Amino acid sequence: MASVNRRVLPGFSLTLGYTVFYLGVLVLLPITAVFIKASSLSLHEFLGAVWTERARAAYLLTFGTSFLAAVANVVLGGLIAWVLTRYTFPGKRILDSLVDLPLALPTAVGGLIYASLYVENGWIGRYLVPLGIRGAYTRLGIVLVLIFVGLPFVVRTVQPVLEDLDPEAEEASSSLGATRWQTFTHVILPTLYPALITGFALAFARSIGEYGSVVFISGNMPFKTEIAPILIVARLEEFAYGEATAIAVVLLAISFSMLLVVNLLESWSRRHDR
Amino acid sequence: MTVETAEVRDAPRTRAATMKIRRAQQDPAWLRWSLTGLAAFVVGVLIVIPVLNVFAGALAEGAGVYWKNLVDDPDTLHAVGLTLTVVPIAVTANVIFGVAAAWAIARFSFPGRTFLTALIDLPFSVSPVVAGLMFVLIFGLQGYFGAFLRRDGYAIMPYLVAAVLVLLLAVAYFVFRPSHPRARRGLWKTPPLALAVAGATVFALLVLGQQAFEVWPANKSLKIIFATPGLVLATAFVTFPFVARELIPVMNAVGADEELAALSLGASGWQMFWHVTVPNVKWGLVYGIILCNARAMGEFGAVYVVSGHIAGETDTMPLRIEKLFQEYNMPGSFAVASVLTLLAILTLIVKRKLEDRIPQSEEGRRTGAHP
Amino acid sequence: MAYIPTGGRAGRRAAITALIVGALGLVACGKSKSGGAAKDVELLNVSYDPTRELWRDLNEKFIAAYEKESGTKVTIKQSHGGSSTQARAVIDGLEADVVTLASYLDTEAISKKGLIQPNWIDKLPSRSLPYTSTVIFVVRKGNPKAIKDWPDLIKPGVEVITPNPKTSGNGYLSFFSAWGSVVLRGGSRDDAITYVTQLYKQVPVLDSGARGATTTFVQKKIGDVHLAWENEAHLEVREAKGELELVYPPISIRAEPHVAIVDGNVDRKDTRKAAEAYLKFAYTDEGQEIAAKHFYRPSNEAILKKHAATFPELRLFAITEIAKDFPDAHKQFIGEGGVFDTIYSPKK
Repeated sequence: MASVNRRVLPGFSLTLGYTVFYLGVLVLLPITAVFIKASSLSLHEFLGAVWTERARAAYLLTFGTSFLAAVANVVLGGLIAWVLTRYTFPGKRILDSLVDLPLALPTAVGGLIYASLYVENGWIGRYLVPLGIRGAYTRLGIVLVLIFVGLPFVVRTVQPVLEDLDPEAEEASSSLGATRWQTFTHVILPTLYPALITGFALAFARSIGEYGSVVFISGNMPFKTEIAPILIVARLEEFAYGEATAIAVVLLAISFSMLLVVNLLESWSRRHDR
Repeated sequence: MTVETAEVRDAPRTRAATMKIRRAQQDPAWLRWSLTGLAAFVVGVLIVIPVLNVFAGALAEGAGVYWKNLVDDPDTLHAVGLTLTVVPIAVTANVIFGVAAAWAIARFSFPGRTFLTALIDLPFSVSPVVAGLMFVLIFGLQGYFGAFLRRDGYAIMPYLVAAVLVLLLAVAYFVFRPSHPRARRGLWKTPPLALAVAGATVFALLVLGQQAFEVWPANKSLKIIFATPGLVLATAFVTFPFVARELIPVMNAVGADEELAALSLGASGWQMFWHVTVPNVKWGLVYGIILCNARAMGEFGAVYVVSGHIAGETDTMPLRIEKLFQEYNMPGSFAVASVLTLLAILTLIVKRKLEDRIPQSEEGRRTGAHP
Repeated sequence: MAYIPTGGRAGRRAAITALIVGALGLVACGKSKSGGAAKDVELLNVSYDPTRELWRDLNEKFIAAYEKESGTKVTIKQSHGGSSTQARAVIDGLEADVVTLASYLDTEAISKKGLIQPNWIDKLPSRSLPYTSTVIFVVRKGNPKAIKDWPDLIKPGVEVITPNPKTSGNGYLSFFSAWGSVVLRGGSRDDAITYVTQLYKQVPVLDSGARGATTTFVQKKIGDVHLAWENEAHLEVREAKGELELVYPPISIRAEPHVAIVDGNVDRKDTRKAAEAYLKFAYTDEGQEIAAKHFYRPSNEAILKKHAATFPELRLFAITEIAKDFPDAHKQFIGEGGVFDTIYSPKK
């Protein structure tokens, strides 16, 4: 089917050419610069910068919290997208509009506000801290703020797909005697997988690099609540560009391979779906 | 405005069919309400309370102080202006890219397609601080082009502008070229010749213009980072994937059937794009623009690195928020944050208006796709 | 170019017009940029975060004075941020005429790249220091934990707020002060390590910057004592309206925010004269009074004496008393693998 398209549909070389050009100038060129800078270190220096015990703890924390936050986002974001497309209720438009706000608030403001909400005298913390739940300056805080940062991604990827979902498929399923739950798991959910995976990937990738909001809520304790981007900033403060870019390269490589896997998964599930 | 779009969309259906489908999609009331309640709770805790906190902080010292914080400070006003300059440029660039990329990726298969898709996502996973750093590594004084830009940066401007103009001309040429070979006359028939002529003309005009009028000062430094171009670059980088990322799944889901049909009915590529593709993917496009725009407005980390923080010159709104925070001016800082929030809400209202204006072809598409 | 109307679409004509207008706009943009090489001088002062109000005051007075004296109208732009971040920006091409950064380390880093002449520190009076500062304590009303001196900070149950030494100038100066308070009173290096280890165990949050730490301490009411810049501490206490108190420990570090002219930039922009006058203005009596008003210790002894009530005497030690020089101290204590890193090592 695809090879037919190229003969029939116009604009292949134009759009692909432009895509590659723009991607090259705006993304690949700068990233290459980072790699060149990092490669100015010897292998020994490179390892010394990226593979210390403290750095490993930071990677683990960054990826762990990002993963948890992305999973939570898939569940919560999926739920919100579902409610927004399927139900009518008073205040729906307002709810819909609110979802995008985390993107518009500078992340630093987000982190600042979250920290002040979850401390002992904060609006939320005053109810949670007596229960032993500390949202500020803990790992929980990092996860919370990452959920905040990533939520719109899942909602906004799932929503259009849900909206375009063919109602007749559901109708057919129910007229064939399937329960609502069966229809959901067998008819609706499979069509949502690509969007959910995309949303997950976006939220996850976004969380890995997140700095502005996390520094305000994490407490920044080495080995406990210190995320990897803080290491980069700390090295920059010492004017050690090479070491800083080395850590950046490691983060980049990991999240890029993650994205690649997710994209493969996604295209596989799409092919599977067809 | 009170009528839900879903109902408007369903109006032309016969009542019976609508009822049937509605019933199939209907969840039991208890489930509906508990899910809605849960969603509202999640949004409430994660988003509403923090945002209310911003407004509470902004209005802590009364509405008068709030207003004064916003309009009496020239630096704040300049920051608003700068953000409103930088963001549209970055978003427009990314929208053009996003549409092109989505078309290439969702409609054609070619080797390396998955890899390309992953590459598009790449900026997401780059820490904003590093994103800013990259441009510093390239354009900074110690960077690869830094010394040159500082010495005689403007010398490249005629060439750069010429290249951009030729690129624009090339795109325009293919877009406006009549689709039927019969209608093509003169230069429309020979693309390479036409583009060569146009390119040479533009190039000669600009270079001669530079010689004669010195449009761009010679031997002057061209500021990229620590000036507006750097801010645009950093913002565009950080928001790079949004439009493409939103469009690709939607284009995939819609399929190419209607576009093929339009072409077989004699539409030109441009007509097909404008009358079939755009209405079909409008949701994805609109969401993409909204996301891109919102993220661009709020971008802090990358911009922080390339801005240079010159008050009243290179401070965008998020940077201004941080500045005011550093100045012990919490209400002022929250006031600017609340303006950003309001701007985000404004974008959402614009989105609503757009949705009402784009012709409702949804219905036609559905019946067309599933006869 | 031949234009063939196919189907009479007015939209195309409009689009082409838009393209042409856009192109002209671009040219016009370029043109407007080229103009405006006026006689007035514009200076850019790149500084660190807390000095904003200080320099704003100084600028105002200087602009008036300089116009009267030389007839040249100066405009001064300010840029503030984390000190090292700002130094990096100047190194990377931010066209600063003068830098007024938090520490020797940052100014020296610019100098190493050749933008500032090597002997910059002797070019201006009192080692290029129009004012100095230090790190002192801020405690809650009534000083409930009775904190008077450095050893009191590690008493059980005392929570200390100070920013991360890795990312903040306030942070590493706090660290140096703590270190100096042990070794300069007869303690050994091991004593000092024990002390700072215990101290940082009692820090519940390491904010990334000075201002974040202030918020943590003041607004979120976390911690019993805040190790802050002297000038910040004064502001903090004034803002809190009786909720907080200042405590001067008997010994602390002498923080030296040097000022310097960025030779590479002033020579290019031909602004040296104005830039020199600008920095020298900070040493005038008027400038020194402004510094004192903003709680920076003036380097002019007479004026410092005049404000003795604001600036109590304490032993201010120089960085050279605990290390070879500033870069050495930073490397030894804060840098990768330094003393600070071992504090948090789980093996201990």
